[in-house]
Amino acid sequence: MSAILHDRFINRMTLGRWVLFAVLGLFVLYYLTPFYVMTITSLKSLDEIRDGAFMGLPQSVTFDAWGKAWNTACVGIQCDGLKGYFWNSVRMAIPAVLISTLIGAINGYALTKWRFPGANLIFALMLFGCFIPFQVVIMPMARLLGLMGLAGSIPGLVLVHVVYGIGFTTLFFRNFFITVPDELVKAATMDGAGFMTIFWRILLPISLPTVVVTVIWQFTQIWNDFLFGVSFSAGGGQPITVALNNIVNSSTGVKEYNLDMAAAIIAGLPTLLVYVVAGRYFVRGLTAGSVKG
Amino acid sequence: MEPDFSRPDSAFAVSRWFQANLPRIVVAPSFVAVMVFVYGFIVWTAYISMTRSKLLPRYDFEGFFQYGRLWSMDRWQVALENLFVFSGLFIFFCMALGLLLAILLDQRIRVEGALRTIYLYPMALSFVVTGTAWKWILNPGLGIEKVVQDLGFTDFQFNWLVDPDLAIYTIVIAGVWQSSGFVMAMFLAGLRSIDQEILKAAYMDGASLPKIYLRIIIPSMRPVFLSAFVVLAHLAIKSFDLVIVLTRGGPGYATDMPATFMYAMAFQRGRIGLAAASATIMLMTVMAIMVPYLYSELRRKRDE
Repeated sequence: MSAILHDRFINRMTLGRWVLFAVLGLFVLYYLTPFYVMTITSLKSLDEIRDGAFMGLPQSVTFDAWGKAWNTACVGIQCDGLKGYFWNSVRMAIPAVLISTLIGAINGYALTKWRFPGANLIFALMLFGCFIPFQVVIMPMARLLGLMGLAGSIPGLVLVHVVYGIGFTTLFFRNFFITVPDELVKAATMDGAGFMTIFWRILLPISLPTVVVTVIWQFTQIWNDFLFGVSFSAGGGQPITVALNNIVNSSTGVKEYNLDMAAAIIAGLPTLLVYVVAGRYFVRGLTAGSVKG
Repeated sequence: MEPDFSRPDSAFAVSRWFQANLPRIVVAPSFVAVMVFVYGFIVWTAYISMTRSKLLPRYDFEGFFQYGRLWSMDRWQVALENLFVFSGLFIFFCMALGLLLAILLDQRIRVEGALRTIYLYPMALSFVVTGTAWKWILNPGLGIEKVVQDLGFTDFQFNWLVDPDLAIYTIVIAGVWQSSGFVMAMFLAGLRSIDQEILKAAYMDGASLPKIYLRIIIPSMRPVFLSAFVVLAHLAIKSFDLVIVLTRGGPGYATDMPATFMYAMAFQRGRIGLAAASATIMLMTVMAIMVPYLYSELRRKRDE
């Protein structure tokens, strides 16, 4: 809000100021408590979870649940822990993020700086694809992946994430390139630079912030995806979100809550780290992704 | 530029044609992919919804028979009802909380950056992780129930997670926790873009702070409300992960939603015609919200 209003209203209201901070503080607790509970629970033994206080710090800290979650937890009938699934997600997310970002960059560039008849229509068609509920494509996709021999494989999931990521990555880059003056491209063309040279040497370098926003957005989306993972993968080839759900919702044996929590933190850590390190870009992607077309 | 094939030996002409059409050529693969994987697949699903396909697709046209069957199913009715309850509460609480937090944060708080980071971090998490956390917190016996019982209220009961009538609200609780920070970020951006001159004028006229918010600031944020509504409605219709992790659609199918209904029919029950019909209805619901919105956004852009 405006500085003008503040100087005149807020500074007079010291009591109001206290209430304000109290309310903001309560919300800090609201948002942080689940993470706090997850962390302390993952560090407790099962006995302490059953008998001790729910919100209390662990009386004796143990990393057993973490080791078990990573190495020996049972996902379905296999008991090799989450580590394989973690790497599945890495092997799926990295190529899918890089490929979809690069395609989005080239699309955005071609659609704004080399406008051809129908360019806007193509963009509109791509954009619309971002907002469909994916339920409407998963059955034919499952069949097609089967026909291509990619069913239940990491390359299959990479393909799916690239295809359904193009709309957003193109949107991000188009929105940036449209703000770049056309004269820049014209001048480079005069100097004899071609389509690709201009892209690699001039436009891609100046779009670095957009690249960061896009990579973060795509990484978060793909790492956190569950629907595609659960629909198109099987056996040991699943991404970590699917494995986590299988651990949490397994109905056999004793329920090990500490292990569930350790597993959830492991699954959430990569995107959380990205958020902590590059939160500014994450928020920018969120607001751009929220249809500000 | 017209392709020049009059001299087929001329590699130069071909290369010139290639150069001139490069923009189209690089966009072509994405265009084809979108046409096949989005529009082609939508057509396939819509067509399958009009056949008697069960475990395998059959291509004999049968009209709207699957839709009739769908609407007569109790499980689908429950799913729609849940979607209605869930979206209503989810959208309302996310907006209310988001607006409140945005207004509070807009009072020149020195630690605003840190607070914003904390309010927004759930958005970086997968719904599966969020669901796991809340499943534990809401655990009947060991979660919140135990906390309150330990405080001395030994009769306190909190078993919404396993109560067929109340389980849907646990999904609202977790969903609001995850998404409200995002709405706050949208509202905060809206608050920051309000014309300062108008506020100054209102102050000069002697308006009080609450009045300025209610009469000027909030009404002028109508477009932000609309955007937030569309994003949240979209999230609600697609909600799948959170339901699966928290309740698996249960107890029974008490917390089923269209997305989980569709998944169950397609991949567990082997009734893909019915699954296709439910997916088509989901698509049409999303379109009914998105198309007018995208259209008005694009028109607003053009008018500016």
